[in-house]
Amino acid sequence: MDMHLSSNNGPVVDQTEAELQGAGPAMERLVVVGNGMAGMKTVEELLAKAPGRFDITVFGAEPHPNYNRIMLSPVLAGEKTFDQIVLNSREWYDANGITLLTGEAVESIDRAGKTVVSQSGRVVPYDRLLIATGSMPFIIPVPGSTLPGVIGFRDLADVDAMLAAAARGGRAVVIGGGLLGLEAANGLRVKGMEVTVVHLMPTLMERQLDPSAGMLLQRELERRGIEVLTGADTAEIVGDEWVSAVRLRDGRELPADIVVMAVGIRPNMALGKAAGLECGRGIRVDDKMRTSDPSIYAVGECVEHRGVTWGLVAPLFEMAKVLAHDLAGGEGAAYTGSVTSTKLKVTGVDVFSAGDFSGGAGTEDIVFRDAARGVYKRLVLKDGKLLGAVLYGDTKDGAWYFSLLKDGADVSAERDSMIFGQGFGSADAGDPNAAIAALPDSAEICGCNGVCKGNIVKAITEKGLTSLDEVKAHTKASASCGGCSGTVERLLAVTLGDGFTAAPKVKPMCKCTHHTHDQVRAAIVERGLKTMAEVFQAMEWTTPDGCASCRPALNYYLLCAWPGEYKDDYQSRYINERAHANIQKDGTYSVVPRMWGGLTNAAELRAIADVVDKFAIPTVKVTGGQRIDLFGVKKEDLPAVWADLNAAGMVSGHAYAKGLRTVKTCVGSEWCRFGTQDSTGLGVKLERMTWGTWTPHKVKLAVSGCPRNCAEATIKDLGVVCIDSGYELHVGGNGGLHVRACDLLVRVGTEEEVLEYTGAFMQLYREEARYLERTAPWVERVGLDHIKAALVEDPERRRALNARFLFSQTFSQDDPWAERAAKGVDRHEFNLLAEVG
Amino acid sequence: MENVTSETVWTQVGSIDDIPVLGSRVVRTPGGDIALFRTAADEVFALEDACPHKQGPLSQGIVHGRRVTCPLHSWVIELATGEAVAPDEGRTGHVPVRVEGRSVAIALAEAKLSRGGCRKDCGHV
Repeated sequence: MDMHLSSNNGPVVDQTEAELQGAGPAMERLVVVGNGMAGMKTVEELLAKAPGRFDITVFGAEPHPNYNRIMLSPVLAGEKTFDQIVLNSREWYDANGITLLTGEAVESIDRAGKTVVSQSGRVVPYDRLLIATGSMPFIIPVPGSTLPGVIGFRDLADVDAMLAAAARGGRAVVIGGGLLGLEAANGLRVKGMEVTVVHLMPTLMERQLDPSAGMLLQRELERRGIEVLTGADTAEIVGDEWVSAVRLRDGRELPADIVVMAVGIRPNMALGKAAGLECGRGIRVDDKMRTSDPSIYAVGECVEHRGVTWGLVAPLFEMAKVLAHDLAGGEGAAYTGSVTSTKLKVTGVDVFSAGDFSGGAGTEDIVFRDAARGVYKRLVLKDGKLLGAVLYGDTKDGAWYFSLLKDGADVSAERDSMIFGQGFGSADAGDPNAAIAALPDSAEICGCNGVCKGNIVKAITEKGLTSLDEVKAHTKASASCGGCSGTVERLLAVTLGDGFTAAPKVKPMCKCTHHTHDQVRAAIVERGLKTMAEVFQAMEWTTPDGCASCRPALNYYLLCAWPGEYKDDYQSRYINERAHANIQKDGTYSVVPRMWGGLTNAAELRAIADVVDKFAIPTVKVTGGQRIDLFGVKKEDLPAVWADLNAAGMVSGHAYAKGLRTVKTCVGSEWCRFGTQDSTGLGVKLERMTWGTWTPHKVKLAVSGCPRNCAEATIKDLGVVCIDSGYELHVGGNGGLHVRACDLLVRVGTEEEVLEYTGAFMQLYREEARYLERTAPWVERVGLDHIKAALVEDPERRRALNARFLFSQTFSQDDPWAERAAKGVDRHEFNLLAEVG
Repeated sequence: MENVTSETVWTQVGSIDDIPVLGSRVVRTPGGDIALFRTAADEVFALEDACPHKQGPLSQGIVHGRRVTCPLHSWVIELATGEAVAPDEGRTGHVPVRVEGRSVAIALAEAKLSRGGCRKDCGHV
């Protein structure tokens, strides 16, 4: 090993990882400056093509291993964790004999001596040097642009700063309404900040979208509560020790607690320039990615190639492949530039654009517009070829249009129908699987990684792949921005046919979709869909507003998946849950105040009697749920009736809800000569814990004081039978249309265990059952063993389920009557619009 | 359909903003209740607030597209005509609506409401 004294007498050269692992002396030393996606893609390709040939040292300024920078958007929005976006773990570097130096930037290059010097003074020699320093956010040179609180959106540190700002709450101003700016805006909005996007041009994402698609996008973002100002020029960023506002040239001042600068990137070429390499807007390279120094290469965003700089991942990966081929001693590879397509990653907004859609002389436009569905598609043709495509809302043909564009295919034959998509006119029109099946093998499915259909199908059939994750791992398709994952899944379905899902054919949710309840539920969780509109988009609903079947179900699934985050969709609730009372055949309502565990007292009964007299309520009836029902209340009287009942300390009994109804009890050890435990007391505790929850269908509990079971606990969704040594928990019973006796789940010794099991059972039911499925058919469908495995055999899972249940309850336990009676919530529900004539 | 002419008398009933999107509000008239519906595309329709099946209050149903599902027995009714969607058969009264700016008006005289039923006495909103 050589020993040098560095020019500033700093520490000497370290042994590289390869040398430590006993590498041979014949290895060439490759030093990579920059630990980002382009540099590491080159290294990956190089290891595949020429293993053992290079002794590689990688310097990275950030303290992390290589991560997928494109996926910072989902990390900001809370859809992914950082660990999930790491591309090459530290173990990978070790396993491949690569010396990784993170948190250490390279300060200078000594081209004559062929060494680099890092900021810590470390000196490393090279035979070949690869500069992959990426780019920096362009900060517009206005006064205040260097204030604390003004950040870019390039790395994890930026995301952490944004998350910290969001945790403090307040307003964010994003300068720049392009791809990155909109993703930052969406992420911050999802995290609860007030967000304003300031964009210089009249159209958002004007480099990818035409004005019509840009307008649709703007409206969608505004619908999500993001303020959009186009034609807005920033003049100054105002603040003292921290940013406080953004002032526009027209005088408007926007308050801001954080400012995200997303107006573009500039190649980071400082190192190359200081070393005397030829630079223009970036470090100039030829078609083999060589700089003006024969031992030095450059790749990625820091590069200028044929006068062009790049900011999308696909071209960078193409460069990396060419470079790796060349470094490995291969001949003939050359990078000649890229044709690109882009996909916006804001969840639920589907935007695709490719080629040149600016129009102009000699071009023709074909436009498809379906405003009700939020779909806009525009194709630009010239001389019988496709020049450009812009798709908003329906992007499933993006891959097809892109392949036509790249191949320069003559589309004159399809010109009249191609706007309708690839499968148009065939019997399979509208069937997305048919569109995939019809694509040629050369069609590019994953634009980021350049993976075509043929590659994927080959991998699926030859390696027996059966899932998206496996396809991702074997082919890299869907491994970068993830935009093509839906298409890859369809390709799996088409390739494997019946072999794809082992599950039996299940009914779709409703006429609006071919997806089943379970598929939609899984998608909501896995893809982080947080509004109904996002579900409609992501799952390709065939109607703009759903229907009376799917909307209430989706509302429930979203509420269950995102407690505290999802905003309940009032207009998707059935009337009973909007009016918080039970509608009767003549349009009047019935009112049922809660009687905890079936107990009441003189004051409550007096209050009920007074309300009956005051409002002349026609019928008073005792219910099977051990409480009192008042029939014939006019809708406009409901808030006043509730106010009187609230005044006596009574609250809604949720007799109308797909939620917890009642906990029936029989008196136990407090009074009954046979009572083994305090069944009534336990019943009240259970009711206090579970009231207010929303469930797939109504839930009825009961607690009997002894095995004589006077509370009929064994036909309840969950029934407790007290025994001398403790409590028996029975589940999945039903006393209605199809009588089913419960299954015994478990015997426990304490009330605390009863409560924990109940919370866990409720949550398991909430998370797994289909909307409008009572516990009885659910238990029959999944089997008692499944429930035992989750609750009885796995105490940790039981505890976690119970914790999730209790957490969701923190958002649910508000008396809906009090909100409406005293605070006037939803007043419109109970008042006439007008009385005329 | 009704005969709407330049002589038609329009009665103001309120602002479109008072009708929830994909929702409904009720206007009470001597001839019975009228339900006003607002679709996702901001169109406003008005029907007699009585399902042709068993006079259920359509104003309490779930609105989707240009239809409403009756809350009592889930019949689906077209907002533009009051017709039940096949295979169900039946039709409820249709009332012409005019929206100018944010202001909503109905043509009461042209409405054909069936005067049967106990809706007004029972007083559902």
